[in-house]
This record gives sequence, C-alpha cells and structure tokens, in this order.
Amino acid sequence: MNAETNTEDKTETNAKNKAEVHIGIRNLTMAFGSFVLQRDLDFNVYHGDVFVIMGGSGCGKSTLLKHMLGLISPAKGDILYDGLSFTHASEAQQNQMRQRWGITYQSGGLFSAMTTGQNVALPLQLYTGYNESQIKDIVAYKLSLVGLAGYQDFYPSEISGGMRKRAALARAIALDPEILFFDEPSAGLDPISSRLLDELIVQMQESLGATVIMVTHELPSIFDIATNSVYLDAQSRTMIGYGNPSDLRENTDQAVVRQFLNRGIAATGETENE
Amino acid sequence: MDQLQAGFQLHHNGQNIATLAMTGNWVEGMGGKTFSEVEADLLSSGTENFTVDGSDLGSWDASLMAFLLHCHNACVEADITFNTRGMPEGVEQLLGLATAVKPHKPVLDDNTSSLLSSLNPMTGLRDALAKLAKSMGFIGEVVVALSRLIRGKANTRLVDFWGFCYQAGPDAFAIISLTSVLVGMILAYLGAVQLQQFGAEIYVADLVAIGTLREMGVLMTAVVMSGRTGAAYAAQLGTMQTNEEIDAITTMGISPMEFLVVPRMLALVAVMPLLTLYANLLGILGGSLVAAGMGISPTQYLNQTAAAITFTHIFVGLFKSIVFGVLIAVAGCRAGISSGRSSAAVGEAATKAVVTAIIYLIVADASINIVFQQLGI
Repeated sequence: MNAETNTEDKTETNAKNKAEVHIGIRNLTMAFGSFVLQRDLDFNVYHGDVFVIMGGSGCGKSTLLKHMLGLISPAKGDILYDGLSFTHASEAQQNQMRQRWGITYQSGGLFSAMTTGQNVALPLQLYTGYNESQIKDIVAYKLSLVGLAGYQDFYPSEISGGMRKRAALARAIALDPEILFFDEPSAGLDPISSRLLDELIVQMQESLGATVIMVTHELPSIFDIATNSVYLDAQSRTMIGYGNPSDLRENTDQAVVRQFLNRGIAATGETENE
Repeated sequence: MDQLQAGFQLHHNGQNIATLAMTGNWVEGMGGKTFSEVEADLLSSGTENFTVDGSDLGSWDASLMAFLLHCHNACVEADITFNTRGMPEGVEQLLGLATAVKPHKPVLDDNTSSLLSSLNPMTGLRDALAKLAKSMGFIGEVVVALSRLIRGKANTRLVDFWGFCYQAGPDAFAIISLTSVLVGMILAYLGAVQLQQFGAEIYVADLVAIGTLREMGVLMTAVVMSGRTGAAYAAQLGTMQTNEEIDAITTMGISPMEFLVVPRMLALVAVMPLLTLYANLLGILGGSLVAAGMGISPTQYLNQTAAAITFTHIFVGLFKSIVFGVLIAVAGCRAGISSGRSSAAVGEAATKAVVTAIIYLIVADASINIVFQQLGI
C-alpha cells in the first residue's frame, strides 16, 4: 500500500508528546455477506488525535464507524482500544469500554419521548453519583456548552435539525468521555454553527484530553481541526491515504485523495490555502 | 490537597465586592455543592462585583463547570459583575464557550390555562366542538377524495389497494379463525344451558346461526381488524408523518387523502365482508362442536341451521361489516395523519386508533340494531 510508506513521518509530527496508540484497527475487513465493502484496513489513532475518516459517498465511512462502535462485527480483523481487543471482548467488557465513549449519530439519535434536558441527564443518572440538583446544573452547563442554554424543556421534535445535532453532542459529552465519535457532525449546519461546533470539538478534546473520531466530508472542518485522517476509496475498496490532511493534500501520490481534498479540482491546491 | 472535599468560602470585602474562594477537589464523589447554597446570601448582600477565586482549587470536572455557570447566570440576572481569578486555563476556556450564547428565555403564553378555566363548561364544549369539526373535516376530505376517484381523477394507485387488501385479508385468516370458532362455541354454551331447561337443545343451532350472522361474527371480526389493521394504519401514517413523507407527498401535489387514506379504506371495505362470511362459517362450525357434545348429530344441527338462516340475516351482517370497515379505516387513518412527529406520538396514534375504532363500532352496532328493529328487518 502506498499510504504505508509515508505513515511513519506523519505520525511523528501528529502526536509528538502523546505517541501512544489509543485505537488500533488491525487488518480489518468489512463485509455484508459476500459483498466486501472495505478490506485490509490497518491504521492507528493516537491519544489526543482529532481523527477524520474521509471518502466519497458509499465508501463505508459510517460503516467503519459502526464497526469501531461495535454495532457491526468485522468480517475479519480486530479493533483494539488501548491495546485491548474490542471485537473479542465479552459483552460486559464491551459495555464497560463503551461507558468511556460519547457518540453522536447522523440524525442525532436523541430519544424523542424525552426533553433535551432529560436526554442529557439520562447518562448522568445512570452512571454517576451526582444528586438531582447537581445533575440539573450539569445539564444546564452541557447544554450551554453547545449553545442551547435554556432549551432543557424542549422535545427534540420542537427544535431545529441543527439544534438537535448540538443537543446530541451535549448528551455525548455528558460523561466527559475519553473518546468522542461523530457521524457527520456539521452536516446540515450553517457555516457559523459549523465552525462553532468545530471549535467546541477542539475545546472538548483539549480540556478532556479526549480522542476524537469524525466521519465528515466538510473540507473546512477537516483542514481546521483534523490532526490525522484516513481516506477510504470506494473503487479499490481499501484505504489509500493516511496522515494529516494538509500534508496529504500536498504530498499524496494518490490522485483521488488530492482531488477530494481540493474539492474535485485536479490541479494542485494553491487556491485552497488554510 | 488530593483528599480535600469540594467546598467554597464567601467573603464580603468592602461594600459592594464579594469573593468566593473555591477549595478542594471539584470532582464527582467529593461532596460537590450547588450554587443555590450561597445564592440567597449573595443576592441579598447588595454585591455589585463578584469574583470567584480558583487559586486553591484542586482537580476539577464538569461539576465545577456546572457550578460556575450557575454562578455566572445568577450574576447576570441580578446585574452583578462576574469575574474569575486564578482559574485553571481549561476552566476559563470552557466557561467562555458556555456563556457565548445567552440562555433562551421561553416566551410565556398569556392565556395559560388555570385549573379554574379547565372547569369552565364553555371551554370544554368549545374543545369538543372543535374536535368534532376536525373529525367532520376529515370525513369531508375523504368524501371529496372518493368522489374524485369515481370521476377517475384521483391519484390512487391500484397496486397500493391490492397490497393493503392482502395485508388486511389473507394475513388475518389465522386469528379470525381462532376467534370465530371460540365465539361460536361460547354462544352455543350460553344458549345450551338455558335451552336444556326446556328440553329445547336443538334450538342451539338457531341461536348460534342467528347470533353469529347478525351480530357476533361481524363484531368480532371488526374488533380483531381494528386491533390488527386499524392500529397498523395509524402506525404507518404516523411514521410517515415523522419521516416527513406526508410533507413530500403534499408538495408533490398529491393529496395524502387520495394517495394514502383512500386505498387503505377501500381495502378494508372490500375485505371486511369476505372476512365476515368466513367468520360466520367458522362460528357455526364452533357451535356444532358444542352441540355434538350435547348429543345433537351434525346432520340434525345442519338441518336446523339451514332452516334458521334467511337472506336477511346474512344481509344484516354484511351491511354492518361494510360500515365497520369504513369506521375502522377512518379511526386508524385519522389518528395516523394527525399524529405528532415523535416516536412517542406514533405510539399514541396507534392506541388512539384502536380505542376510537372500538367506540365507533359499539355505537354504530347499537344504532344499526335500533334502526333495523324499527324497520322490522
């Protein structure tokens, strides 16, 4: 694989001080029955990374995320968290690992029968020892962080799509997770909220020391906040790019990746400087 | 410092200046406190300048942030200047982020309903009338859609109609068989105990035949169908409402009535009489089983039944089945179309569909019986 050759120097620059592998994807093959979606995926996500999974539509980005979350079992290969296999762990161990994750789904995944406040409060009530008034304060704080202060008593159906995304983020960060997973976080947001969300993700990442995994094709987000990335190709059904997106744009020898990072303009990306 | 419980100390230094010194570890399980403990004290002291000092702070997590945010919001509300001092860098950042957007203040409705106003008979009456008007509106729309269908102008697809017929008809055979046989048996037992006292057991056949044809066959079928198909219609349409499918249909210039409601209703109306005939047959069969247990031979029973059955009895059952089919479809589709846009609302719509349908059925059945009694049918 071509991507493997420039892996070494990239990762050194990406995670100078925190070079520990947080999530390891080992020789992963994703398949539905006999239909192979992606094969030979092998890469590392380091502690403190903002890691982006990129690729065209239908290449299996969201499916890869679902594999990492354990919602789909891999056809072959393994997924390691801090060196421990998730795929081969018992259900109890898996659930214990999952408690340290915060996840936002493509369409939010908020419980529609609960208000946003109750949605955010649920994990706090289940997994922490805070009392009711503290939970109320923490819910107010988490919602304020995502710019939804005062929306505690609204049902998901009563707020806009963008607000629902942010409410879902508030629920994902309720337990101060170690890993934050985002499936298309800024899709359907206006540019300003999208940038605020990016900032928020970086803030959360810095203050919690969390690792962030994002599926996205928002180029501004990718160049602004991603420290590392993988590019999945639908044609060759494997990863053809791995490394910091800005470096990839300049240095990759894969035309597809360069084109993707230059918004389809095949020439070298002079116009899209950060 | 590692073992210190979370705490704070309020100092009033000078006239309008107060400082809150934060101490200990503000993490989960360290006896965290809430701002409400100092709120009253702070607000009553006439402070104009409030500083939170974090220089003695140990480790911290979301509970500290929640506390600070509550502080900040209370100060903003009371026009007190809020400052922080000596906070860890992350805290400042997060607080800045959390206070970037002002809290949303809900606009209060002026005519909020009080307990007293809910007792007002006029408002109750008005609500009931509004509900009735909506129901009538729905029925009106259905009639308009049907008239367009007759004129060949409606966007109703035959494919949908056949699909719903299949769902409502053949798929329901098993459950209809079970209920009708058992109800036939129940009717027979009920009659047998009474008729035996007069030595008139043979009239069980008349009782079962007439009772099933006119009443129980069609009513049981309708109850099963309202639970099975009526609820399914409500859930389907409610989910379509949630997924904005009904919006999509409307903006394509297609009437949801013609496209969604009419095929469902026609399917039920087409299938209900057939299911009723089937249920009648099995009901009589159930009765014959009981009669056989009482020493009445099948031939005897069949002869007696054939003598009891007239076309009128069959007609009454079939007429009811058509009316019931319309009512179940109206209850189910109306609940689905007017459903809210959340998963809970879809559940409510399904419940509403069944409850409404059963009320409609009982009321309609009683009314039809009274009318037929008067007409001597």
